[in-house]
Amino acid sequence: MAVGSSTDLGATQGVDLTPPPPGQRAGRGRLRLPRSPKVLIGLAGLAVFIVLAVIGPWIAPYNPSRTFSTTASFPLPPSAAHLLGTTQQQQDVLSQLLAGGRSTVLVAFVAGLAATVLSVVIGVTAGYAAGLADDLLSMLANFFLVMPALPLLIVIFGFLPPSQGGDDVLIGAIIAITGWAFGARVLRAQTLSLRNRDYVESARIVGERGWRIIGFEILPNLIPILASSFLFTVLYGVGTYTALAFLGLVNPNHLSWGGMLFYAQVAGAEQSGYWWLFIPPGLAVALLGTSLALLNFGIDEFINPRLRAAGLSRRRARRAQVPGDARPPRRFVLGLTPVIRSTPLTAVNGAGNANFPERPGTLTDQAADGRPDNARGWRGRRRP
Amino acid sequence: MYVISRRIGFYILTAIAAVTVDFFIPRVIPGNPVEAVLSHMQGQAFTKQTVHALQLQFGSNTTEGLWGQYTHFWNNLFHGNLGISTSNGMVPVTTVIRGALPWTLGLIGTATVISFILGTLLGVLVAWRRGTWLDTLLPATTFFQAAPYFFLAFLAIDLFAIKLGWFPPERAYGQLDFPAFDWSYISDVLDHAVLPALTIVVASAAGWIVGMRNVMVTTMDEDYVLIAQAKGLPKRRVIWYAARNAILPSISSFSLAIGFVVSGALLTEIVFSYPGLGYILLNAVQEADYALLQGIFLVITLAVLVANLAADFVYVFLDPRTRQEA
Repeated sequence: MAVGSSTDLGATQGVDLTPPPPGQRAGRGRLRLPRSPKVLIGLAGLAVFIVLAVIGPWIAPYNPSRTFSTTASFPLPPSAAHLLGTTQQQQDVLSQLLAGGRSTVLVAFVAGLAATVLSVVIGVTAGYAAGLADDLLSMLANFFLVMPALPLLIVIFGFLPPSQGGDDVLIGAIIAITGWAFGARVLRAQTLSLRNRDYVESARIVGERGWRIIGFEILPNLIPILASSFLFTVLYGVGTYTALAFLGLVNPNHLSWGGMLFYAQVAGAEQSGYWWLFIPPGLAVALLGTSLALLNFGIDEFINPRLRAAGLSRRRARRAQVPGDARPPRRFVLGLTPVIRSTPLTAVNGAGNANFPERPGTLTDQAADGRPDNARGWRGRRRP
Repeated sequence: MYVISRRIGFYILTAIAAVTVDFFIPRVIPGNPVEAVLSHMQGQAFTKQTVHALQLQFGSNTTEGLWGQYTHFWNNLFHGNLGISTSNGMVPVTTVIRGALPWTLGLIGTATVISFILGTLLGVLVAWRRGTWLDTLLPATTFFQAAPYFFLAFLAIDLFAIKLGWFPPERAYGQLDFPAFDWSYISDVLDHAVLPALTIVVASAAGWIVGMRNVMVTTMDEDYVLIAQAKGLPKRRVIWYAARNAILPSISSFSLAIGFVVSGALLTEIVFSYPGLGYILLNAVQEADYALLQGIFLVITLAVLVANLAADFVYVFLDPRTRQEA
């Protein structure tokens, strides 16, 4: 899952914010997503699911836990009364599907939000502070990156008393513990590349405090990466929550799509051909995930314009006047502290540091994997 | 060598951290694990020793200090003692895991290698033929990436095993476990492995395709690729030059991917009732067999760390720049 977008994110190290596509005005610091079909479909899909999460339980035709028959002992196929059939317990599948979205979406967004906050706090601090703090925080992030998340979560949820297994916010927060590290690593790398930019240095010379530099100079430049890593974590939250519920680790009375898949498995749906038990919730999860992933692609293309040009064949690219190598003219979204002299951009580009991928998207550099040992190159570059 | 020793040091530290987490989880989370285990063992006779062993395992009702418990935990670990599995008739956890591990290693290992190779090749192809119909492959892979593995497993069983009847829908072998190591047994095992492996490959190849394609697209704009084309090298050679360079990020993001793949594959095993770690993991969850749960977590984590280390070795081998450092 999401390996692809992870590679993209890794590739965005040291990449500047990109120019607007030709023909669009350069709005300062505003986030403009490319209006590709991918982004539109992703946005529309996500909107549908969010609306569903809000109104789903109200528009459900029946109470999702109501038992309709005590005599039938197997799930009934779709009929006029039950458009998606009934479960083993003779509950209405459509009602469960509509009502189960709320928990799934809520957990995923709580997880995404909490993980993003964690990754900003840890990633930006590590990138800005450098030195021992950076080494320790990077180490922590790398621990969480290599530790397989699902088994860890299974152990945690396994020990959690069932009474606490149905709290959406708690579940989201626990999932966030295993989901922040990736974002932190990407944010740290980008902060490293921003830290020695001239406008940040001038803010430092002017005597701005650290938190102000981070909040007003550095963070605005991290917004696209932040958005991408937020969506990535929400996507991760959807998959992980569904997996945990599927395993029966979340209180089974707590309605969610993963929980529906759990009951489908209990009923032996795949062996007996009860497709209406597993296709609706599985498809819902897959479509929600697809929407998030498509939106993420859009942001990736925003961060790395070469991917945008990649959708075109070479001839069409030439016709559309995307430059052959689609190398963006350097343009910086500056922070809020006034910069007195004009920024010599070439100083950043031409430094030719081996640890700094000069061109966007080339990840062949060792620096690109963001391992702690790269920090040395940066520290060495700090000007006196 | 410096790079490699650094990585080995990091993985050793991570392994220590994983063991420490494994030790602390039952002690930190509210609730009494010993009682939970005992309440799940209704009807089974358990002796005082069992209760005592559980108390030692989870650190309740003991006079020993936390540090003492911790060193005890490590000591047990080095003696290959992971506790007893209450849901499998009180046999040691290691015995249960040893029975399941080969199935998981065989299935997930093979499927991961296949999906990595297949996905990378497809990614190269999609990048090279960008702007053609192959681009439509990308939305499809997005869907497979976003769908939970076990949902795909449901679909695969419903379609290929029940409706079409091509493959057996569950288990890893026929009715007899290991009758004789002959061709009929091997073909039986392979027959049972096709569907789960196919599910894992389809679900995980998507990530490799997109990852490889995206890096390949940017690599193809490099000057050396242009030069290779300009001097008239055959197309295959040019692709080879670009692909060799584009594959490095795929390998370095292996650590991210392998966790996802293993997690998804464990769930796939559950749907197929495949007798690997995922399957006993589900049992451990349902029976509140905490010792087994902890043991499985440790084994999976260590296996993932070893896989990561292997990927790092490959990376250093492939990229000479990493060897120049220091």
